[in-house]
Amino acid sequence: MSEILIFAEIEEGDLHSTAGELIAAGRKISDDTGDSVSVAIIGGNQDLGSKAIALGADKAYIANDNAISEGVADSYLAALHKICLEVEPNVVLSSKTPIGRAVGPRLAYRLGTGIAQDCMDVSADSGSGRVTATRPVYGGNAMAKFTFAEKNPQVIIMRLKAFESAEPDSGRSGDVVELNISLDESDIKTKLVETVKQESEGVRLEDASVIIGMGRGLGGPEPFSQLEDLAKVFNGAVGASRAVCDAGWLDHSYQIGLTGKTVTPDVYITVGISGASQHMAGCSSSKNIVAINKDGDANIFKEASFGVVGDWEKVLPAFTETARELLDS
Amino acid sequence: MSLNIIVCAKQVMDPETPMSAFNVDEAAKRVVPAQGIPPVVNGFCENAVEAALKVKEGVGEATITVISVGNDFVMDVMKKPLSMGADQMILVQDPATENLDALGTATVLSKAIEKIGQPDIVICGQQASDWDNAHVPMGISEMLGMACLSEARSIDIGEGTVTVASSRSDGYEVFEAATPCLITVNNEIGEPRYPTLRGIMQASRKTPETWTLADLGLSDSDVAPALTLTELFVPVNDRQCEIIEGEDEADSGRLLALKLREEKII
Repeated sequence: MSEILIFAEIEEGDLHSTAGELIAAGRKISDDTGDSVSVAIIGGNQDLGSKAIALGADKAYIANDNAISEGVADSYLAALHKICLEVEPNVVLSSKTPIGRAVGPRLAYRLGTGIAQDCMDVSADSGSGRVTATRPVYGGNAMAKFTFAEKNPQVIIMRLKAFESAEPDSGRSGDVVELNISLDESDIKTKLVETVKQESEGVRLEDASVIIGMGRGLGGPEPFSQLEDLAKVFNGAVGASRAVCDAGWLDHSYQIGLTGKTVTPDVYITVGISGASQHMAGCSSSKNIVAINKDGDANIFKEASFGVVGDWEKVLPAFTETARELLDS
Repeated sequence: MSLNIIVCAKQVMDPETPMSAFNVDEAAKRVVPAQGIPPVVNGFCENAVEAALKVKEGVGEATITVISVGNDFVMDVMKKPLSMGADQMILVQDPATENLDALGTATVLSKAIEKIGQPDIVICGQQASDWDNAHVPMGISEMLGMACLSEARSIDIGEGTVTVASSRSDGYEVFEAATPCLITVNNEIGEPRYPTLRGIMQASRKTPETWTLADLGLSDSDVAPALTLTELFVPVNDRQCEIIEGEDEADSGRLLALKLREEKII
């Protein structure tokens, strides 16, 4: 029996929210192959190891070294590479976070193995242990399934929220193992000079349960305040299409899509968004999509469950006002 | 100081191809090129060319070499980086590149960069709009032992160092590395410039050099795939949109809110 190794990131001293998602994906592969699920926690402690076990892992590796520099992909890459050489996993799972998507592919190339990026689903052949990964291609216009050649580990980068984390079960048991790794200074080729936080007011796009989407159809930056007003009604956030950000109407931090943020709100209310597949790739997992657009043939109406075909300048104020009344009452 | 900048670029199907013209041959597991819609230089690769031109303007002296791997180049399309202002272009053109996966592509590009020799920086688009792998550049950095600075939205060149800012969901991070290094960029680096008439004229007089895999010392077994495509399909969308219509557009807006409430969506 071999192992499925999960690269669990740390955020503010705790396991990153994606750790549980990756463990769930690992469990699914494990159901097919019988491999155990291990978690690599780089720069962490025993306590985080126990948390990973509670989330469904069979084993946790804790690796620390003074050369590990927080937020620098090179550090995690070098550490994970050393762990892989020791553990020899069949599969490595990483998440499509800034660190995860920088570490996973480079690990695969360093080990000379295959890598599948931005995967929505995984399964494995029980006999061969080969994983099949399902991922969007051509900007989300098509879906592809890939299987890996013989070499291990098969490196898979999971899309955020592709799997749901299990509820922690403190009754689960598993080993938490400290690994001695020693990084070479030459492994760390980049230096993090500065981290600049630009706190946006209100709810973070990734955390919002209601998102209002701003599209090119709004014609300019001015309508943003009206969308913000609507977002406030739901305690939600405003996002935007790439066209809006490229035009400079909004900062790129608002961008939803294949490049940009992947969001999964309960409701995504789009205003003047045509629904190009490139955009939909970042929001198609929303529970409900609502469309306001003057072009009844726009692709967004193929994705939405409710919509109005009309001029947003007339539709939106009435919609906002009614929604406010309904939610206040 | 004259910088040696290499930009990797890919020819792709136009991502603006309407869905009605987007067809997948499921048996052959390939996307059928849309009739009458020419391919384009991948968008983020144009951003990479733009980034290189900005770097060149900043340092004064630099040579920008664009390299690409493929088998069915449309020369008018591929010359765009040259008309934007790149100095020279090398096309690795070989029937064996037809079925390259990301590992194979990174192998070929790395060998081509080694053959060009002594790059100070390699700039790549973050991902190509066909297979959306987003890791060929990282493969190149690993194969060449270079630092990898990903998703840069700005690039500053120092004495033997490069500093980039990379966007994060709540701001940005600044990273520094020594040259030679590899940088990936996306649309956040800025709109690719339009070729000027003068640029187009100059490009028309340049002939890209072409290399084969044999020129790079590569055989078929060196570019064996690590991944096999087993299925390719257009996802079925069975969502039905209920269009809300009121007496006028404002009324439709009001009814939409009521409907969403009734359905317990809001």
